[in-house]
Amino acid sequence: MMSVALKMLVGDKLKYIGLVAGIAFAAMLVVQQAGILVGLAQQTGSFIRDTSQADLWVMESQVRFSQDVLPISDGTLLRTRGIEGVDWAVPMYQGFLKARLEDGTRATMILIGLDDATLMGGPPEMVSGRLADLRTDKAVLIDHDARDTKLKLKRSPRPEGEPAGLRVGDSFAINDVEVRVAGEYRASKSFFWEPVVYTTYSRALQIAPRERKLMTYLMVKVKDGHDKREVAERIRAATGLEARTSDEFIRITADYILTETGILVNFALAVGLGFLVGTLVSGQMLYNFTLDNLRYYGTLKAMGASNLRLVGMVLVQAVVVACIGYGIGLGAGSLLGKVVGDAGLAFSMPWQVPVGGFVAITLCCVIAGLISVIRVLQLEPAVVFRS
Amino acid sequence: MSATATMQAGMGTATRRGETAVHCKGVTKHYGEGTSKVWALRGIDLEIGAGELTMLVGPSGCGKTTLISVVAGILDRDDGECTVFGRDFTRMSASEKTRFRGENVGFVFQQFNLLPTLTAAENVAVPLMILGKGRSAAVKQGAEMLEKVGLKDKLKSLPSQLSGGQQQRVAIARALVHEPKLIVCDEPTSALDHDTGHVIMRMLKNVALNESRSLVIVTHDARIFEFADKIAKMDDGRIKEVSNGVAEVARRNGGGGGGGAGH
Ligand SMILES: Nc1ncnc2c1ncn2[C@@H]1O[C@H](COP(=O)(O)OP(=O)(O)OP(=O)(O)O)[C@@H](O)[C@H]1O
Ligand SMILES: [Mg+2]
Repeated sequence: MMSVALKMLVGDKLKYIGLVAGIAFAAMLVVQQAGILVGLAQQTGSFIRDTSQADLWVMESQVRFSQDVLPISDGTLLRTRGIEGVDWAVPMYQGFLKARLEDGTRATMILIGLDDATLMGGPPEMVSGRLADLRTDKAVLIDHDARDTKLKLKRSPRPEGEPAGLRVGDSFAINDVEVRVAGEYRASKSFFWEPVVYTTYSRALQIAPRERKLMTYLMVKVKDGHDKREVAERIRAATGLEARTSDEFIRITADYILTETGILVNFALAVGLGFLVGTLVSGQMLYNFTLDNLRYYGTLKAMGASNLRLVGMVLVQAVVVACIGYGIGLGAGSLLGKVVGDAGLAFSMPWQVPVGGFVAITLCCVIAGLISVIRVLQLEPAVVFRS
Repeated sequence: MSATATMQAGMGTATRRGETAVHCKGVTKHYGEGTSKVWALRGIDLEIGAGELTMLVGPSGCGKTTLISVVAGILDRDDGECTVFGRDFTRMSASEKTRFRGENVGFVFQQFNLLPTLTAAENVAVPLMILGKGRSAAVKQGAEMLEKVGLKDKLKSLPSQLSGGQQQRVAIARALVHEPKLIVCDEPTSALDHDTGHVIMRMLKNVALNESRSLVIVTHDARIFEFADKIAKMDDGRIKEVSNGVAEVARRNGGGGGGGAGH
């Protein structure tokens, strides 16, 4: 009888295509919006993920996300180094500073100062130059992907036809202190807009405006055989500061950004609406599809098909259109996501997105099927003799 | 369990000619409540023997469809006795009733009620699939049945590709394919022209009727009375008169009834 159910479904081409298209559209919206949301959420943690050498990040306890600059006192460094289970601890400076390019172009940048001795916490990949070049005079590293966009000069002094962006060897000023581009790095795409510029910790202090406390983070490596959480607890007790694992830091950053910026609400709304509209439309179509076939269900019922059989038939139809529609929608959504992603926008699709979307869409179709099945169950087989 | 085994073991309805197929006494049925209450059957007494073709005739709204619905077990009566091959639907559970219908009743409808997206052979196979037969075996048997009603070359046609008479032949094949003991037909020829109606009736009489099977046909169509063994005239929820089919035709032809019987 299931083959009969399938033939009923695909036999009416127009309705079948409409059904599948409705579900595909809903699936596409859901997958695509969810993909963008996940992509954005992941991008909020790019900096922490790229800075992977440390096990723990020690920070002011009120820090809410990775670019929330709340300095801690320098004394923390020595105190932390003395704590049991700490392999090494290095300082990191982070600050939002104004830069002025050669032609007077203004830009805000995030300046990161790395421990002079170890240069620990540097960018994940160098495109030109080496990390050690930071030790040369006035050296900074700039983001390769930002050099011709966020770091572009409005009136380039270079001759026509040559790049208008910053290049290795170029000088510019951060907070009126002259620096020189010593290399270019490449990092993961970040949620935060400002270009990140790396330099050494000591040079960062020279550049940064005077403040009583300037250290932003302490990056801590935990000795082998020690539990990260226990060491973090000890640091907390000894310093009164917060110590977070990278994963925790990534999570609070994502939580904060997504909720505080309204991104989560907006995307949840978009996903929800896409889902609602799509499933209402396809649910309604599925419902109508069953009603249109009520006469035939009545005939089958009169001829001795049990209610269970008929429910099975309707559910098979629901699940089949859900699967096909979802498959097409997933394909279209991924394709669209890839286009969006290639254009440099956030898009990411871990397995949870397609699986969650599939479960949700199928559930909706099954529910719509079950609602329509009530009409089949209530059907008096005697209707078959009415014209 | 195979379909045929179910049919034989399930309900135990083996019959022989002369036995009672349907027995109704004082059957009543109403629709609606209060001011909209309508008595469709007001006390039906009817005996139908195995091997008989019985026609139910009467004015519109007199309760013909209601009566065959009760007899076929798709509608519950209010009161009275009614047994079909000795079995009483009111004594069966809903699922027993459904199974009884699947095994013992064949239906032919005025509007054919073929599934539009299934081929002719698949449509005929549906009752077998309902009884649990596998798809390919059922379709094969459906094709054989279609041959018997003269549609050998239309096995793969969709209902929309068939004429009304051909569709009704498919429907008859469907009503017969699982060898039910009782076949009920509501106005099987009224959607068809005179000649086609005759072809359909001849087919029903020759292919469907045998000594252990009964046919009940509701009709307005006096042109097909000649095929009846027995004609039950209904009016306002009651059986007014039961006559012999041949006698009825003779009466109509000779007695100036002018009903247009014959051909
Ligand atoms: N589902 C229903 N609800 C309410 N009243 C009904 C229903 N079905 C039939 N009736 C009424 O019951 C009476 C008998 O109906 P039935 O359909 O059995 O008549 P019929 O003899 O088959 O008529 P026709 O020749 O027009 O098909 C009619 O008065 C009809 O209006
Ligand atoms: Mg009727």
